[in-house]
Amino acid sequence: MKNKPLPLLKRGLNFEMLMWIFTRLSALGMYVLILTAAVGALVMGARTQMNIADVLRWSFMPNTTHVQSTNIVAIDPWAHAFWKTVASLTLLVATAHGIHGLVVIADDYIIKPLGRNIIRIISILFMLAMISIGLYIIWTS
Amino acid sequence: MGLKQNVSLLKGLRYDGKGPMLTFVLHRIAGLGMGIFVTMHILTSFLGGQIGGFLNDIYMHWAFQLFMFFCVLFHAINGLRITIIDLFPGMLEYLREAIWVEWAVFLPVYGIAVIVILSTAVGS
Repeated sequence: MKNKPLPLLKRGLNFEMLMWIFTRLSALGMYVLILTAAVGALVMGARTQMNIADVLRWSFMPNTTHVQSTNIVAIDPWAHAFWKTVASLTLLVATAHGIHGLVVIADDYIIKPLGRNIIRIISILFMLAMISIGLYIIWTS
Repeated sequence: MGLKQNVSLLKGLRYDGKGPMLTFVLHRIAGLGMGIFVTMHILTSFLGGQIGGFLNDIYMHWAFQLFMFFCVLFHAINGLRITIIDLFPGMLEYLREAIWVEWAVFLPVYGIAVIVILSTAVGS
């Protein structure tokens, strides 16, 4: 059975739909960022034969505190602005993806419009707080 | 807005959704698990001190690592499956097959990690 697709504007192009797309695309974005950091850790950690646990710890968040306790020779390449930028992007994408996920879960249990609005306000404040703290840690460590 | 919730928790738990329902539930549990962990981790690394040390001991426990690696790996693999099927809706016909492929990738990778984490925990 083939149905003719509706024109784009009649499909419900609203904020929730855009966030639905964002959730999928940010998942792909996180794959790219994490794989970039993984390749970086494999290249920079090759001399000291860094183990897979430390490579993964760096991949999920390329912040220098994640490799300080390992047997690396010099911290300089790990503290490069490129990795701080990758870490910041990971933080921004992951926080937006995660907070939206929490709102989606909350919407399944909180069904009154007032409750849903309260959840949204709390989520936005929580997201701004976590992004500020995260960026502070990344750029000062 | 203003929907009526007419299914009780017990009825919801008895819903027989099979494979896709299981991945739906596990995706939520894994997402919540990661969300709580990452929030605590950012806050403790920011605050430090005794509470930070205490929570770090929890993070380093093998049982916590098994749970967290389950969360990360399952959420990542299941999320990739959701993304692929949602961006190419024609593949929806093969939803159940995709979920089998997903388990075929997840189980060996997670299994190896379980062996490594447990042997490290016993060895130390």
